[in-house]
Amino acid sequence: MKKPLLLTALLSTLLAAPAFAGEVTLLNVSYDPTRELYQDYNAAFSRYWQAKTGDTVTVKQSHGGSGKQARAIIDGLEADVATLALAADIDALAKNGNLVPDNWQSRLPHNSSPYTSTIVLLVRKGNPKNIHDWSDLIKPGVAVITPNPKTSGGARWNYLAAWGYALKQNGNDQAKAKEFVARLYANVPVLDSGARGSTTTFAERGIGDVLITWENEAFLAFKEFGADKFEIVAPRQSILAEPPVTVVDKFADKHGTRKVAEAYLDYLYTPEGQEIAAKNYYRPTDPKVAAKYAKQFPKLNLITIDEVFGGWTKAQKEHFADGGVFDQIYAKK
Amino acid sequence: MPQVSLTRRISTHESQSVTLLLIAVALSYLVLFLGLPLYAVFYQALSKGWKLYWEALKEPDALSAIKLTLLTAAIAVPANLVFGVAAAWAIAKFEFKGKSALITLIDLPFAVSPVVSGLIYVLLFGAQGWFGPWLQAHDIKLIFAVPGIVLATIFVTFPFIARELIPLMQAQGKEEEEAAISLGASGWQTFWRVTLPNIKWGLLYGVILCNARAMGEFGAVSVVSGHIRGMTNTMPLHVEILYNEYNFVAAFSVASLLALLALVTLVIKSLVEWRAKSNGNPLH
Repeated sequence: MKKPLLLTALLSTLLAAPAFAGEVTLLNVSYDPTRELYQDYNAAFSRYWQAKTGDTVTVKQSHGGSGKQARAIIDGLEADVATLALAADIDALAKNGNLVPDNWQSRLPHNSSPYTSTIVLLVRKGNPKNIHDWSDLIKPGVAVITPNPKTSGGARWNYLAAWGYALKQNGNDQAKAKEFVARLYANVPVLDSGARGSTTTFAERGIGDVLITWENEAFLAFKEFGADKFEIVAPRQSILAEPPVTVVDKFADKHGTRKVAEAYLDYLYTPEGQEIAAKNYYRPTDPKVAAKYAKQFPKLNLITIDEVFGGWTKAQKEHFADGGVFDQIYAKK
Repeated sequence: MPQVSLTRRISTHESQSVTLLLIAVALSYLVLFLGLPLYAVFYQALSKGWKLYWEALKEPDALSAIKLTLLTAAIAVPANLVFGVAAAWAIAKFEFKGKSALITLIDLPFAVSPVVSGLIYVLLFGAQGWFGPWLQAHDIKLIFAVPGIVLATIFVTFPFIARELIPLMQAQGKEEEEAAISLGASGWQTFWRVTLPNIKWGLLYGVILCNARAMGEFGAVSVVSGHIRGMTNTMPLHVEILYNEYNFVAAFSVASLLALLALVTLVIKSLVEWRAKSNGNPLH
């Protein structure tokens, strides 16, 4: 009897977070490249919330490949809000354990994506392999760096952007598109689990000739490693990437943080939140802020997942589920 | 007679060049694979000066990672100490059915990949796992919280002490204990006065190795951690996060602290070996 008591006492002291009045902690489980964005945004939101309500709010962050993060939330990582790379990963939260309602995506404007992005190519300075568009990625001898679509959200956008390009080139011939993407992945020497892992593989370890990545991630690599090392190549056509956000209802209600969690996401849509997104190279959805930062982003022709792939649920099932097209392509390699 | 000494001279002469060659190979291997990386870690950590190094270490998230690492080791090592001594005692001093199965089980954590060691706990205690619903109903958090990290660390490090003690205790036999018992000593007296003094150096050696691994474990802990900054990041995980945030100085500063811990461990380990030898109690 004595021992379990002692153990419980020890564990509860370890686990008990200091609970002061008016102090709230939120856990934002996010995908890989948003580290810098949310570092800035969390500080701004804390100031805003304190000025408005007098309460202090601390936002804790967890980052990783989007699919991996969704898996962790399903397994019990108690996120108050999830800010992931694509809708299918939040759909998974609805399907497994009812963590969010099925209609989660209609709760906030713009399909619950406060900012958007797209997929571009990052090459080494001087573009030694002469890479200008998707078609250059399947040339022999070009090493392409992109993360694993099974675990990374960015990787799935990369894959679909390439597929969309091939469809257009071949008059919507799905078989030709599949062949194109298969040839592209045959040129991939290493699949990291998240977008940030791929960026360090490319930029820090110097592996590969071209990195397929988020526009924001490419700009950031530019900033971190110096403009003299890389060039951003905007392909003629890419995909409109909409990283969605949601309150994780089950855990927010359990923690009693729903009000703050909702305010946290709403603030992303305000001009202040949009400015912070734009400064971190995400494309703002607010027209005014978007116009202000328009010069920052290359103009390219963007397809959407709804038009070309019939939405995330369909694309996820067809391409990325077990035994889907990606598995067929990659097993052949 | 002279012929014998002649051959001996030749043989020592030959072996000397071989010895030198072997030493050279071993040394350059060590420099290449241990010395150079170690130097690189400290070089990177201090590349922007001591001030930044110090700041990286006292940053709140880094401090919390250091605290969590120390806490984890402070629970995992004593737990494995008790388990290790008990298991080694049972195996070395008694005959029972299933003994070899027990030895195999003790080795299991060495054999399975750390990632699998972590996933075991997710499968058991995760929200979708066997005990997940019950744990959630009782509001007990194991996975993605400190207890999960401690559990995974205990699992990964539990062979260290037992493995160190089993051969030692087997070699010592049980005559001394039998003598003590027959002279009227109780079980505890026998343990404290006979067994423990005999195994103390081996035990200390095992504790040191166990501690080093407990602090350095990455794979298993990574699976159950959830990677929440300032809450469930241990030092090795914090190093990865900082590195992924292009914060190389801070990453290598924390890494250098881990390397330093390893160096201290090595020094203590050599001291223990040396003491054990000079006490006539060689460890192996």
